Amino acid sequence: MIELDAAEVTAWSPDPAGGPERVVRLLGPVTLRIGERRVAVVGANGSGKSTLARLLNGLVLPSAGAVRVDGLDTVRDGAAVRRRVGFVFTDPDAQLVMPTPLEDVALSLRRTVPDAAERTARAHAALERIGLAERAHVSVHQLSGGQRQLLALAAVLATEPAVLVCDEPTTLLDLRWRTHVDALLASLDQQVVVVTHDLDAAARAERVLVVDRGQVVADDAPGPALARYRALMTGSPDALAAP
Amino acid sequence: MSPVGRRGGTAPGRPLRAPWAGPLGLHHPGSSVLHRAPAGLKLVALAGLGVVLVVLRGPATAALALVAVGGLAALARLPWRRTSRGLLPVVLAAAVLAGYQTWARGWAVGVETALDVLTLVLAGTLVTATTRADDLLATVARAARPLRRVGLPPETVALAVGLFLRTVPVVVRVVGESRDAARARGLERDPRATVVPATVRMVAHARTTGDALAARGLAD
Repeated sequence: MIELDAAEVTAWSPDPAGGPERVVRLLGPVTLRIGERRVAVVGANGSGKSTLARLLNGLVLPSAGAVRVDGLDTVRDGAAVRRRVGFVFTDPDAQLVMPTPLEDVALSLRRTVPDAAERTARAHAALERIGLAERAHVSVHQLSGGQRQLLALAAVLATEPAVLVCDEPTTLLDLRWRTHVDALLASLDQQVVVVTHDLDAAARAERVLVVDRGQVVADDAPGPALARYRALMTGSPDALAAP
Repeated sequence: MSPVGRRGGTAPGRPLRAPWAGPLGLHHPGSSVLHRAPAGLKLVALAGLGVVLVVLRGPATAALALVAVGGLAALARLPWRRTSRGLLPVVLAAAVLAGYQTWARGWAVGVETALDVLTLVLAGTLVTATTRADDLLATVARAARPLRRVGLPPETVALAVGLFLRTVPVVVRVVGESRDAARARGLERDPRATVVPATVRMVAHARTTGDALAARGLAD
């Protein structure tokens, strides 16, 4: 269970007029309980949806309020939260650290699997599950964008997190890889929270959060939530009038 | 990219090549004696080779060292095509260095300098090609244990080494893409059009990589 309790994120921002820096609110206050297995977060660029995602595994800490995952507070129990919550980024290049796929997945296991041979075996198994075993020893630069995103996903899943947060995992992918990654995410046992611009993918979630200007403006089943989002994006008067 | 794109130095009308990724860092699985040797021993030998090349002077010694390291590369069955392609820019840089040193200090120093550079890069390639990154990190982490006393976690030091191996090809790719973007805008003669966006992108990449390491719990 993910709980956000009046969570707020603020940041210092330069004054365009040249005055002193001021504090601006990037997100919140947000109060949510997320227990569904498939949750989508949609919103315009810069709306705060990535900040919301980053709150969930402690990459961003709340300036006020609290964020808890299975009772663990992201401020007090940051390391424990990160062990429970895996995070996949939009650009896998930023996430892949080691020269080859096998070594990168093995890196994820260094903290939890002390034996090197077992680490390698588990990394191989993780690559086999996503169909990259034959590419285990090639340079990650020789993988296609879709393969790199799959690898980034495998590197996170190898640690067996209870929750997976994905920040636009398919934005850089073509339709074939997008379908493949979506299918893989759908097949996972973990609770999955996906930030996405892909409304088809969002429609398959159990619950959709719509973020606009740092606020969760809709929190509903996909049908009504996405209708609200579409209205927001097209500037419909109904959307502006809605609570 | 267009069919006649020049990424990787391909000439018009010829097949494209993957971007140059440098010779260092890519493990080549095998069962040679070098593959079986402990990572720590290989790193110490690499450092020792560096000292030897500095202490022993003359082009003959440098040539002998290059032949010896080349022999070890053959023993380890490094893939010739991939290794030579990775080393090609290093050969060019060594040739430029040799030219300068020959002009400044004579041909013997010029040849020796170029051969020393090639020998050390080939030796580094040999170490990373015959050592799994996992073993390399474990060895570096063990060696860095004393740094814990000054507040530096050994695992973080080891991770920095891994990041270094990974970052070289990333820099090459980012600079290549920035150069292509400058060319697309007709700014190929203005170095700022390549250097500024490449620098900004590398800083952004470093920040995102830091976030990704934190998200994977590797910085805890």
